[in-house]
Formats: sequence, C-alpha cells, structure tokens
Amino acid sequence: MSATIKWFWFASPQSFFPLAGTIARVCWLGAALLAGAGLYVGFFVAPTDAQQGEAYRIIFIHVPAAWMSMFLYLVMASWAAIGLALNTRLSGMMASAIAPTGALFTFIALWTGALWGRPTWGAYWVWDARLTSELVLLFLYLGFMALQAAIDDPRRADRAGALLAIVGVVNVPIIYYSVQWWNTLHQGASVSLTRAPSMASTMLTGMLLMALAFWLYSIAAALTRVRCIILERE
Amino acid sequence: MNWGGLSEFLAMGGYGLYVWGSYGVTVALLGLEVILLMKRTQQREAKT
Repeated sequence: MSATIKWFWFASPQSFFPLAGTIARVCWLGAALLAGAGLYVGFFVAPTDAQQGEAYRIIFIHVPAAWMSMFLYLVMASWAAIGLALNTRLSGMMASAIAPTGALFTFIALWTGALWGRPTWGAYWVWDARLTSELVLLFLYLGFMALQAAIDDPRRADRAGALLAIVGVVNVPIIYYSVQWWNTLHQGASVSLTRAPSMASTMLTGMLLMALAFWLYSIAAALTRVRCIILERE
Repeated sequence: MNWGGLSEFLAMGGYGLYVWGSYGVTVALLGLEVILLMKRTQQREAKT
C-alpha cells in the first residue's frame, strides 16, 4: 500500500474522526504544559519593563492571541476555499469548527489590548487602524458564524460561509501591515522574521511559549469541535 | 524572582486591575470554551 492513498483516506469524515480525537488529546495536554511554562517565565523569570513597569506582562497573552486571531482566519479561509474548489465535506466542517475559537482569540486580543491601552496610552479604545481592522476581523468571524447558522442545509451554509471567509481574507494583511501603512498609536512589530527582536530574551521566551500553547489549544479546540460537527451531520 | 510576597504579586506594581483583568477574562473564556466543548461532545456521543 503506498503512502499517498492515506491522504485521501483521511479526507473522509468517518476515517478522520478517530485521528482527530487522538491529536486533540495530545494537543490539550501540550497546551496545558506549555501555558504553565509560559506563565512561569512570564511572571517569575521575565524582568519588570523599564518603561511600562508590570503592565507590560499583558503582552504574554495579547500578542499570542492577536497572532492566533489572524492565523486562524487564514486557516479557516483556506479550508473554506478547499471546500469550495474540491467539494469535500470535511473542509467545510473544519472551517466551521475553527470560527468560534478564532472569534474568541480576536476578542481576547481586543480585550487585553484595551486593558493595556488604558495605563499606557490613557484610553481603552482609539479608532486607530490596527484596532479598527482587528475589530473588523471579529465582525468577520461573527458574520461567518451567523451566516452559517441562518442556513439550514449544511452544504449550502458551507458554500455561503466560504464565500464570506474568502472575501474577508483581504482584512488580514491590512491588520498586519496597518502599523506601517498608517501612522498608528499602536506600536510596530517587536518581533519579526527579518531582524532581531527588540525585547529581552526572557520576555520573548515567555511570549513564544504562550504562542505555542495557544496554537496547541486552537488545534485541540477545533478538532474537538469538528468531531461534534461530524457526529451531528453524518 | 520578581516578587517580595503575595500582596506584591497581586498588586503588579499598581497595574493589578489591568493585568489580572486581562488574564482573568482570558482564562475564564478559554475555560468556558473547553466546558462547552466537553458538554457538546458528551451530548453527541450519548446520542450515537
């Protein structure tokens, strides 16, 4: 038996179901362990910030949550696009399974940002390009979920949702580059692939541990939810 | 080690409300999602 056949075999919801359960269990455990390590580094190893005092410790959830909010949208839209192109049942289910977790992380990014903005900028909210485009992302997630909930036939709901998700992708680069394109109150990226990060290495370690924890959490939550969706539809 | 004691840890250098408001809401929301997913899983598996 060649290995290439396996990929198509797992594209069927019935054969994906037990695999999703196993991956989800491993990811739940990994997320808990990494979050524990990340919080330890974040609160007990990383030093106090010279400018912001202890308020900066919000970074350990704010930045990973904001990364996940954008990344999950891209993953959701990719599944939606695959579903639209190949008409595979599992793809639409995956897109629906990711949306609530993506919306959750978008809300957390906005909420923690507001609580960070108050002590550092003096305001919970400003109509800044970064904040506004992130708020639009929340509405895209909620719109996707509301649209799918409003259509009774799951296959039609998948197609309608996919269209909305794909059109909304344009918002993700707007969020990411907003701090460069516009003169925003929100600061630019402290971490990027092209240059050294502009923060203490223990702060970066804590942030990356939390980002990994949120990654595994998202995988676990999406796979647990897709198992429920498979049972509900099939 | 950054903290002299529990009260200093909770005070977060005067930013306690903001820091714990962020962490508290995050933990509560993620916990809620996990509980809802567990309930939904139990319901679906009971039906099949």
